[in-house]
Amino acid sequence: MFRIIYRETLAAKIHLFKMEAPAIAKKAQAGQFVVVRIDDRGERIPLTLANWDGKEGSVTLVFMEVGATTFRLALLKAGDSVADLVGPLGVPTHIEKFGTVVCVAGGVGAAPIAPIARALKEKGNKIISILGARSKNLLFWEDKLRSVSHRLIVTTDDGTYGRKGVVTEPLKELLEGKEKIDRVIAIGPSIMMKFCALTTRPFGVKTIVSLNPIMVDGTGMCGCCRVSVGGVTKFACVDGPDFDGHQVDWDLLFARQRTYLNEEKRSFEQWQAQVGKRC
Amino acid sequence: MAKVNLNREPMAKQDPKIRGRNFNEVALGYSAEQAKAEASRCLQCPKHPCTDGCPVEINIPGFIKAILDDNMPEAVRILKDKNSLPGICGRVCPQETQCEQACSLAKKGAPIAIGRLERYVADWERTNMGALNPKAMPPKPTGKRVAVVGSGPAGLVASADLAKLGHSVTLFEALHVAGGVLMYGIPEFRLPKEIVQTEVAYVTSLGVKIELDSVVGKVVTLDELLKSGYHAIFLGTGAGAPMFMDIPGENLNGIYSANEFLTRVNLMKAYKFPEYDTPVVVGRRVAVIGGGNVAMDSARCALRLGADEVYIIYRRSEAEMPARREEVENAREEGIQFKLLTNPKRYIGNESGWVTGIECYEMELGEPDESGRRRPIVKQGSEFILEVDMVVAALGTRPNPLIAQTTPDLKTARHGTVIADEITGKTMKDKVWAGGDIVTGAATVISAMGAARRAARDIDEYLKGI
Repeated sequence: MFRIIYRETLAAKIHLFKMEAPAIAKKAQAGQFVVVRIDDRGERIPLTLANWDGKEGSVTLVFMEVGATTFRLALLKAGDSVADLVGPLGVPTHIEKFGTVVCVAGGVGAAPIAPIARALKEKGNKIISILGARSKNLLFWEDKLRSVSHRLIVTTDDGTYGRKGVVTEPLKELLEGKEKIDRVIAIGPSIMMKFCALTTRPFGVKTIVSLNPIMVDGTGMCGCCRVSVGGVTKFACVDGPDFDGHQVDWDLLFARQRTYLNEEKRSFEQWQAQVGKRC
Repeated sequence: MAKVNLNREPMAKQDPKIRGRNFNEVALGYSAEQAKAEASRCLQCPKHPCTDGCPVEINIPGFIKAILDDNMPEAVRILKDKNSLPGICGRVCPQETQCEQACSLAKKGAPIAIGRLERYVADWERTNMGALNPKAMPPKPTGKRVAVVGSGPAGLVASADLAKLGHSVTLFEALHVAGGVLMYGIPEFRLPKEIVQTEVAYVTSLGVKIELDSVVGKVVTLDELLKSGYHAIFLGTGAGAPMFMDIPGENLNGIYSANEFLTRVNLMKAYKFPEYDTPVVVGRRVAVIGGGNVAMDSARCALRLGADEVYIIYRRSEAEMPARREEVENAREEGIQFKLLTNPKRYIGNESGWVTGIECYEMELGEPDESGRRRPIVKQGSEFILEVDMVVAALGTRPNPLIAQTTPDLKTARHGTVIADEITGKTMKDKVWAGGDIVTGAATVISAMGAARRAARDIDEYLKGI
């Protein structure tokens, strides 16, 4: 069992859990993920680490309520436990001194990108971050991202906060600007990562994305998370989750992410009805 | 000598029409009368060729005699002396190529049904003695610590053997439940999970500590384990990484590796969705690619989940199929259709990315290849399309590379198998042994157990010397 030490709601339906997990905290690196299973009925879902503290023995997870498991997770309180927390999984994000790195975070992607930006900054990179969300009520960690960036640009699709528009607009301007951009890291919804990769492609700037296909075990055992990168099939759980965004077959990723749409909806509705009855 | 009885006692099975729609165990086991009748056929050969045919050297005539003598506790004792997991072996061992093949009556076509008797004794113990029956004197602790990695058949046996010798054993498992392939791979209808967990409980009753959710190679490396005070390590992580054919369309929706399909169904209990959260989408027309036991398991699971038509697509003929005869027969009885001498060329999908068909080649058999089986050759121009809406690729597995990747001095061979001494299981890395599928590539439960037993013996010798 893994105990929730602290929880907080960061934005609409976006929650932060600090979990007691000393062994994972000791080994975690930026870009890695854990697999969570709530209880015996639960499914195994991957969540990218938002933070960790080896001394305290904790890892921090941020998730948005989008389906049955995240809905059920959100019902847990500090002091409650989940049955399983496995990790740290996946290959850590490649960190070295590149020069100037643009970190683009969309929505809940702000959480996993923060430790990556921090690690890159500590290596001596200049970090320009772009934080985007659909609307002001979905934005979080502006301060945190600012503290690990030399410059931060905030956008909302509807203009309720920061610059109105999507993240690819300031990204394109940066690429067209005087300053040489050496690398782009984009984390967020798949569609946003795809468009970031499309934006950077004409400029030839290496763009790393953190893919989020459906997973089961997260250790290379099942192949559910297979993605095609540069025409080669990879398992996102052990070969990734970071890949070269210019090489990713995005349509395949989108299709595979939709495999269980009907079942996910059915499961989500069942849990909502069940919880509704209990309240 | 009494007249030899060649009437092998049959074991009852669920009716194929009924069992094809449920996940209850197919084979129903012997009654006490049946067990005694079968046991009475044993010739009690002084040379016991059956024992020589058993990878873990069970005193087979001994436990059979105990059944006949109505001394069941003694039968249990003899069996468990050599085999910590008899309830599992009695169900999934390929006895027909091991003990039963060696039986003196095999020449007459009616070997003693050793597997069924083993299962009978194990089931008797479970219902009559409980798994946790009091042990003889607990062994004197040696003060030596051993880390066992992977809780499948090899890891369970190595753990049990080392604990019985007084060593302090910690068993690391990556998944959320112990048992490895016995839990995620082999379906409930062939090996009830309750039986696996009873045998796991037996291993923990010996003092073995199990650490679940621990991916060795990620959360801790072998070198870190050794540095933290373990005197030796046994690797029994199996061959858990699925292989694909690398043909066009293989990543379409509806195409599963057997590992994924069986894990969803068995480990995550997707057959009880939405009571359990993990879903699986089963088609109406399902093709399973491959001819091994895993292919049979996948096909029979798909049938039980409601598929109308289930095909086994295998590139050679039935004679070359690696699956157990018994499982092929069970599958056929349940209505699985065999498309032999057939191999996929590519998968065809629709606009939303779901598989709709397989373009297949017809095959013919040529000269024997390195495996000794006749090589399948494509019949040119024989392509045809089989309409399916789900595919399970049961094409074999290879060892998971996570440990080897973080242990540079652990030498591996082609296909990622760990190089280890054939007898002792000693790897090229100091203080590390390995056994089972991680060394041999995908093989049987019992061969993994045999390798684990030999490695445990060698580890014990090593620990005595330090």
